Amino acid sequence: MTVSTEEIDPTAVPGVVEPAIGEELLSVNGLVKHFPIRKGLLQRQVGAVQAVDGLTFNVTRGETLSLVGESGCGKTTTGRLLTRLLEPTSGEIVFEGRNISHLSEGKMRPLRRDVQMIFQDPYGSLNPRHTVGKIVGAPYRLQKVQTEHGVKRAVQELLELVGLSPEHYNRYPHEFSGGQRQRIGIARTLALRPKLIVADEPVSALDVSIQAQVVNLLEDLQKEFDLTYVMIAHDLSVVRHVSDRVAVMYLGKIVELADRVSLYEKPMHPYTVALLSAVPVPDTKRKGNVQRIRLEGDVPSPINPPPACRFHTRCWKAQDICKTTEPPLLQLAPGHQAACHFPENQPGDKPVTPAASEAS
Amino acid sequence: MSSDDSVQRIERGAAFLDVRDLKVHFPTDDGLVKSVDGISFQLERGKTLGIVGESGSGKSVTSLSIMGLHKRGVAQISGQVFLDGQELVSSTPDEVRLLRGKRMAMIFQDPLSAMHPFYTVGQQIIEAYRVHNKVSKQVARKHAIEMLDRVGIPQPDKRVDAYPHQFSGGMRQRAMIAMALSCDPDLLIADEPTTALDVTVQAQILDLIRDLQREFNSAVIIITHDLGVVAELADDIQVMYAGRAIEYGTAEEIFESPQHPYTWGLLGSMPRIDRERTERLIPIKGTPPSLINVPKGCAFNPRCNYAHLNGGASETDRPELLDVGAGHKVACHLSPGERAKAWETDIKPKL
Ligand SMILES: Nc1ncnc2c1ncn2[C@@H]1O[C@H](COP(=O)(O)OP(=O)(O)OP(=O)(O)O)[C@@H](O)[C@H]1O
Ligand SMILES: Nc1ncnc2c1ncn2[C@@H]1O[C@H](COP(=O)(O)OP(=O)(O)OP(=O)(O)O)[C@@H](O)[C@H]1O
Ligand code: SF4
Ligand code: SF4
Ligand SMILES: [Mg+2]
Ligand SMILES: [Mg+2]
Repeated sequence: MTVSTEEIDPTAVPGVVEPAIGEELLSVNGLVKHFPIRKGLLQRQVGAVQAVDGLTFNVTRGETLSLVGESGCGKTTTGRLLTRLLEPTSGEIVFEGRNISHLSEGKMRPLRRDVQMIFQDPYGSLNPRHTVGKIVGAPYRLQKVQTEHGVKRAVQELLELVGLSPEHYNRYPHEFSGGQRQRIGIARTLALRPKLIVADEPVSALDVSIQAQVVNLLEDLQKEFDLTYVMIAHDLSVVRHVSDRVAVMYLGKIVELADRVSLYEKPMHPYTVALLSAVPVPDTKRKGNVQRIRLEGDVPSPINPPPACRFHTRCWKAQDICKTTEPPLLQLAPGHQAACHFPENQPGDKPVTPAASEAS
Repeated sequence: MSSDDSVQRIERGAAFLDVRDLKVHFPTDDGLVKSVDGISFQLERGKTLGIVGESGSGKSVTSLSIMGLHKRGVAQISGQVFLDGQELVSSTPDEVRLLRGKRMAMIFQDPLSAMHPFYTVGQQIIEAYRVHNKVSKQVARKHAIEMLDRVGIPQPDKRVDAYPHQFSGGMRQRAMIAMALSCDPDLLIADEPTTALDVTVQAQILDLIRDLQREFNSAVIIITHDLGVVAELADDIQVMYAGRAIEYGTAEEIFESPQHPYTWGLLGSMPRIDRERTERLIPIKGTPPSLINVPKGCAFNPRCNYAHLNGGASETDRPELLDVGAGHKVACHLSPGERAKAWETDIKPKL
């Protein structure tokens, strides 16, 4: 099928029925991304960074799923795979019922309007030679979208929406603070009102007041346009505020996936427990007497991840089985999956059921 | 903390870093951007100052000017910055460059701009180390690997030869921290050092900064939006708004009895993991001020719920940063009575 991308209405991909709220928008199955490591004159492959190594999850329309986890565990790579800025090594990404895992650049283009990414690095992603007006207006031009009162007005409205002023239209990225640049990136992402936004650390560069504005803004837009978010964040207080569900990653794998309340109240995977204990709390009275789980041992490398449970080199509960048998991601409570042989917060010794049979 | 002598030579043990009426202005086509407009503070060795405040309020510009990293001609800088008695604003770029690395070092908010894309991470740390330490390449390389290990980069002996783009965001951040700490600087400015890091690595980096401080009695300035981090690390906190300090006090004072309406707004807008989850966050109303046309009087007045209580002073006179007791300083016209009332009735119950 060859269609000219210029005239296609990208929301109406033939044969695709738009899922209703609460139905599956995105489904990811066994997703893998390995970056080859090459050496020498011949650039022979000598190994691979196993950045993402077998993710299975889905995202329903209208929800916010957050990805959290150690720096380098593959969150950004996952985001870039979902938005198909990267091609997976293996596994499937199905968006609105359509397998997009290996779509060509040309076939992806109409979908780019529906699936947008807010980048982690607001500096690298803004062209320093373009004015803010040009940057934020670019999606309109690229996708040839008509705006009611012209692109300039639309752009200025977007700038105001994200807490910048219209006078910033003619300025260049280097004239802005870190937080302001992040808002420029958000404005650009919002221009085409996408269906799915993968937001990589969208508010971590912002001060708490602007952060509150942007979080509220993202929530309002979500309600108004039924947006779906995959949010990548480190600030677990923010994650608790924005998420419906949270996936915790460790070294390229999901180790726990649960709805917000059960994850924060009854974390099951030891890594999640450690993460939650390390959140800095803005309370000077607690200074010095915080009960914090300090993870011992070296951070393992995604080039040579530890066998079986990848967390065993740093886990205080590890037993022999953890070094030999990989714990599968299982449903341990309603809406709560964890991959651990000795999970925390268990109600009695109920037998566990495989998560796969639950996945939908 | 209150050395008012105007002599150039400062006693050891008095203020190690003494910033006086620092101004950094940028001429642009649209007008003069007053990014930093009269900032004074002092910092002793062994102490940590936290700087918080609105995004765009001049935190990074302040630190870059202490480090002497603004291009002359682009930025108009005035005021004085004494580092251990040496005045930096009037020093030549070469004199200041010699201080970077060992006397003072900075962890930048943006790791990509601080690292050269064409050199490996290792080469960059080695280079920085060899400027201040007359050692062979091998020794410097060993040191670089050690530093990468200390900041938690896995397999540092292999990763030392990687290029910045092959690192994740947080790993780049850690590599830069390794670079900044490699010469055990006397003054460390950490601009959002852990924003890109997960909380367990963040805890590790904060420990590392504490170690550095304990071992070398370094002075540390930490700039961050994460109020949890400053609560944990800082002795004193300076709150900035529109290029000026609007409140200054010990960490305990700022968190337990903040005095400035902007600080109230800041504390009120963060989601807190140690409290019930709220349905909606409460940002400060209005938008950040333009630094070209800073509002007359108190720059915060268009967004302040208490501006009307001061008989017009909030709209006409810029409040000075004044001591309200025990070194706690506030720039606001509210009378002590009104302030106490607002705090007790409107603010404290909601925090
Ligand atoms: N080269 C420049 N030319 C013009 N304006 C500039 C320049 N550099 C910075 N500014 C302006 O100075 C102000 C202060 O910037 P700065 O980077 O110090 O903010 P910040 O407090 O560090 O904010 P953030 O928390 O977002 O990092 C901003 O409004 C910015 O737009
Ligand atoms: N282009 C690349 N080539 C080689 N390795 C890569 C590449 N991009 C990422 N990696 C590696 O893949 C792993 C995962 O990186 P990724 O950026 O996805 O992490 P992340 O979870 O987003 O981390 P952070 O929280 O620090 O941003 C890291 O070990 C990183 O070094
Ligand atoms: S499987 Fe074993 S090593 Fe892995 S998290 Fe569970 S207890 Fe720890
Ligand atoms: S001086 Fe006036 S406007 Fe400024 S913070 Fe105080 S009360 Fe508000
Ligand atoms: Mg990332
Ligand atoms: Mg900054």
